[in-house]
Amino acid sequence: MDWLSFTLITTLIKIVGLCFVAILGLVSYTVYAERRVSAIIQDRVGPNRVGLPLTLLGFKKDVSFLGLFQPLADGIKFILKEDFTPAHVKKFYFWLAPALCLVPALLTCAVLPFGSSITIPWNGSERTIPLVIANLNVGPLFVFAIASLGVYGIVLAGWSSNSKYPFFGSVRSTSQMISYEISLGLSLVPVLLVMGELNLVTISQQQSEHGWNLLPYSLRDGFDLDRWLLLIPLGLAFVTFVIAMFAETNRLPFDLPECETELVGGYHTEYSSMKFALFFMGEYAAMIVGSGITVTLFLGGWSLPLGLDNYLPKGTVWVGLLHTAVFFSKLIAFLIFFIWVRWTLPRFRYDQLMRLGWIWMFEICLANVLLTAGILWYIS
Amino acid sequence: MLLFGVGVVVNRNPVASALCLVVSFVGLASLFISLDAHFLGIIQILVYTGAVMVLFLFIIMLLDLKEEARRALNAWAVAGGAVVALCLVGTLLHVLGTFPKGEATLPPLVVPDGQAYEDTKALGTLLFTEYVFHVQVIGLLLLGATVGVVALSKKEASK
Repeated sequence: MDWLSFTLITTLIKIVGLCFVAILGLVSYTVYAERRVSAIIQDRVGPNRVGLPLTLLGFKKDVSFLGLFQPLADGIKFILKEDFTPAHVKKFYFWLAPALCLVPALLTCAVLPFGSSITIPWNGSERTIPLVIANLNVGPLFVFAIASLGVYGIVLAGWSSNSKYPFFGSVRSTSQMISYEISLGLSLVPVLLVMGELNLVTISQQQSEHGWNLLPYSLRDGFDLDRWLLLIPLGLAFVTFVIAMFAETNRLPFDLPECETELVGGYHTEYSSMKFALFFMGEYAAMIVGSGITVTLFLGGWSLPLGLDNYLPKGTVWVGLLHTAVFFSKLIAFLIFFIWVRWTLPRFRYDQLMRLGWIWMFEICLANVLLTAGILWYIS
Repeated sequence: MLLFGVGVVVNRNPVASALCLVVSFVGLASLFISLDAHFLGIIQILVYTGAVMVLFLFIIMLLDLKEEARRALNAWAVAGGAVVALCLVGTLLHVLGTFPKGEATLPPLVVPDGQAYEDTKALGTLLFTEYVFHVQVIGLLLLGATVGVVALSKKEASK
């Protein structure tokens, strides 16, 4: 087998593994985690019953596994429900919208480096597989560009439903997303200035060697005052980025597109069964990819803290798998943080949301760019 | 991309035409990317597809242009459009005809300090060294536009 087909096959494996197995699997279990964590926070029990239905086979008791089979039951329910299309909708766009919501969110994971690299022997020679689908030189920009296409799904859903409240919902959601997209992009500029790099793979690599952006200490390099000074703008960038991401993924405290009392439901009021589920999955997939970007840019991506990677052998299979495990544990920890915030904070009012976005976030991000540039100039 | 470009003109429904324009922008971006200009292609999607066209679509939907879809074709407008399009095609053919076959149409860009950069850095270096005056003029123009919009909307509000 030559080099080309080897690359093609490994890339296909990575695409299927990351997009369909890891991200979609995480989506369903994030929904489960959402329900369990909310139950813990509100002192309830939550879904803890669905497991192996052994009573169907004549046993005395079911095995519940803490309800871990709940996502499976949810999925079956969504698929088996009647797929009802109202008569007054614009059919083509009505069908297009849910797909446009999910696909961009899944596409963006292409540039996420989810591990270092694995070297395996193949046909007598050593071959290195980088654990990222596409090693692009414009990583974060790619994510923003593709993620901004997700707005079309929401606009079209509201418009094609041909009904008042979904349209209001989509207008609200779109204006929120457009407003916060600016802060989202601007808040990353300090990180890119500090790293001097637009390639997410290189950014992860640098953090694994010299300590994370938010924990700038590595055992090999020792204490470096300059990097701790840069922690001020980087910390600010982290906070603004996370806030903008919460708004961008429509999560509480910014979940205004969905509001039963004002909008009946939201832009997806007219949707049922699997088409509704696609919107939901798109939202959760965006949340997962967003967490992935945050982890990669601020929390070291796949690397161990304190530059411990410098002492590990590079490129072996076990180290590669360890790095992947580290990446996904950070990702899951961040998702739990997402859920925790949702069940802790009250929501904003709409005018407050817009004021926060345009008057506070935007200005803070701009000032932060100047601050970072100033500190970098002072250091050099 | 060309097919959807035609779709922009032919579609009588404004939303459909706007969406055709979106798809043809994505096609343009993929052309840039296939020419190894990753940065330019991504920016094309980010700015035009992700921001400008969303606003277009938004405004079209808010205006609810139903009569536009019903309006009959205006023969003079069609004829005028055809003449302009033919002129453009003629110019393009003329320009393309002057290039020798099988050679690069334009010499590759050279960054002033002569180093080989990846496309993002090359673009940035060029913009902020050789074309810095143009960048500043455009920046001033945008600032003027922003101030103008604020002034106009203030005037409306005070009435």
